[in-house]
Amino acid sequence: MISRGGQGTCHRAKSIPFDMEVVAENVSFHVNEQGYYGPFGGAFIPEMLYPNVEELQQNYLSILADPAFQREFDDLLRNYVGRPTPLYLAQRLSEKYNTNVYLKREDLCHTGAHKINNTIGQILLAKRLGKQRVVAETGAGQHGVATATVCALMGIECIVYMGELDIQRQAPNVARMKMLGAEVRPATCGSKTLKDATNEAMRHWINNPVDTHYIIGSVVGPHPYPDMVARFQSVISAEIKQQLREQTGRENPNYVVACVGGGSNAAGAFYHFLDQPDVQLVAVEAAGQGLRSGHSAATTALGKPGVLHGSRTILMQTEDGQVVEPYSISAGLDYPGIGPIHAYLFESGRGRFLSATDEEAVQAAFALTRTEGIIPALESSHALAILDRLGAQPHEVVVVNLSGRGDKDMATYMKYLD
Amino acid sequence: MNRITELFEKAADQADGLLNVYFTAGFPQLNDTRLILRALQEGGADLVEIGMPYSDPVADGETIQQSNDQALHNGMSVRLLLEQLEGMRETITLPVLLMGYLNPVLQYGVENFCQKCAEVGVDGLILPDMPMDIYVNEYQAIFKKYGILNIFLVTPQTHEARIRQIDQQSDGFIYTVSSASVTGSKTGVSEDMEAYFDRLNAMNLRNPRLIGFGIKDQSTYEKACRYAQGAIIGSAFIRVLQESQDLDTDIKAFIGSIKANKSTAIGV
Ligand SMILES: Cc1ncc(COP(=O)(O)O)c(C=O)c1O
Repeated sequence: MISRGGQGTCHRAKSIPFDMEVVAENVSFHVNEQGYYGPFGGAFIPEMLYPNVEELQQNYLSILADPAFQREFDDLLRNYVGRPTPLYLAQRLSEKYNTNVYLKREDLCHTGAHKINNTIGQILLAKRLGKQRVVAETGAGQHGVATATVCALMGIECIVYMGELDIQRQAPNVARMKMLGAEVRPATCGSKTLKDATNEAMRHWINNPVDTHYIIGSVVGPHPYPDMVARFQSVISAEIKQQLREQTGRENPNYVVACVGGGSNAAGAFYHFLDQPDVQLVAVEAAGQGLRSGHSAATTALGKPGVLHGSRTILMQTEDGQVVEPYSISAGLDYPGIGPIHAYLFESGRGRFLSATDEEAVQAAFALTRTEGIIPALESSHALAILDRLGAQPHEVVVVNLSGRGDKDMATYMKYLD
Repeated sequence: MNRITELFEKAADQADGLLNVYFTAGFPQLNDTRLILRALQEGGADLVEIGMPYSDPVADGETIQQSNDQALHNGMSVRLLLEQLEGMRETITLPVLLMGYLNPVLQYGVENFCQKCAEVGVDGLILPDMPMDIYVNEYQAIFKKYGILNIFLVTPQTHEARIRQIDQQSDGFIYTVSSASVTGSKTGVSEDMEAYFDRLNAMNLRNPRLIGFGIKDQSTYEKACRYAQGAIIGSAFIRVLQESQDLDTDIKAFIGSIKANKSTAIGV
């Protein structure tokens, strides 16, 4: 058994969360100075948000590079979030797919998903910018809970917008946010899901530009959010590299697989492999009821380039440029766009984009639960669902980013039990 | 000459304020656009701003969001709006602006869009989520080629250097957002705002300014007019349309009520 044995010996490298010097130069899949990934990214914001976004653009790199910030961030990730999270060789799952499947256990993070890596980083940044309030959007509620958690930790007021539909389907997370002292406000327009919650959070920020920081929950939004969130999440791939070296003697897996809603867990899992062409980066979108069913959230399969929530990216839209209301069984993947980094990974061919249906995701969730005793989040189940299609060979190494745990999804899973 | 430029030149030596009225195309009914335009002209508006409805209008408050939803539900699109505006210049002499979000314009094609705007007689565009650098680097040449003015926004948080830049890149007028808010805020015109308007006045900008956001009745309109060349009414007008049984009569009554003290002053 290599599994947890490796974990015990895993000592933390000093400042693995960001690797700024290394990535800044000669790398094409990282953001450029203007905030673009190839043709994607930028800051397409109304003038009302310009000063806020400019403040972030001008300060985020120096704040993130500050050793005191890094120390505080590292310390919280280790002692509060519980990092490093294990890299676990799932032996029975590996047998099933006749390859070597490692699970990056983000489900074991405090609050149950990778989302907290980002909210810890952003709350420290908000404090350094002197902000007194935080606003956030949430889909599955994981980002909302992660935001409410760090706000409780820092004694900062917290408002979370959540689609009315998501409030119904993710009730346990709504309760957690409330217990943590956050105010949960329903987004009642449009599809009443993540995109509408994002609109409301942006409006709130427009209305409260001076004292409020907006903690975006994924690698979406105007520059610098996609890059900033990717840097905070990059701890995932930094740990994977180190853990894989310790457990197998090699740093690079053959595949890294992650689900993509906006794409933050995928960006974090891919980050340190972006410029390693021997690592195949596999992004899994939510096909919903099927790509051609009209009820889907598979952005790259169904979308076109355009502008959404402040960046140029790929989004699902009508011929008239209206944003299409997406659908997925998983609230965290129910988003009509993807972060600009993923739009570029898709367009350049660097990333391989697949999708999994509701049904396939639920089956994959049960399969993992029954072979490994791990109940995954519905979002993460999408990443697991493509393992049979991946084409991984018996000697190869596959890392699946298990972005979150399934507690919040029990009501959905129970429906499939009877 | 562009009708917007001409209007401001004509108004320059008159003390009185210009009234710019916003409405969402396709609201309340899909085919109300021309009727509303005509009533606004006859009622005494000085400019109009036609909203191209969008699924995700992040800079707009509830009233305009709802009118956008309704208009899209009614079947409005960029293509259809431009069709509805064909031939408007036979009767409409007012400057006409289109206001909307960037994505539908991108999907139509910026050049096609500007060309079509020029053809039907649209004078200017307001695209709040089109950043100034993108406009300057990618689209300004196209706008100029077709004689379409691009209207920028400034807000109480816009710092002086950026206001100067915006003034350099602007033609027509500068849309002065009265407060840090989305459209339809209820704040009216407060003392903070007056300081901000005075600050703008003192900058001696090249472009005239119209004040918008929170202008809803005669008193807020007149107050705004003391600090700028005029004011913009949006949400309050949408509410009139929403409740109206007789658009023509109600529109004229509303414009009349706003301009009650000023109806004779503007050069009609
Ligand atoms: C467990 C989990 N995984 C994935 C996602 C999708 O977000 P992203 O694509 O940003 O990782 C979410 C979003 O709520 C989530 O809760």
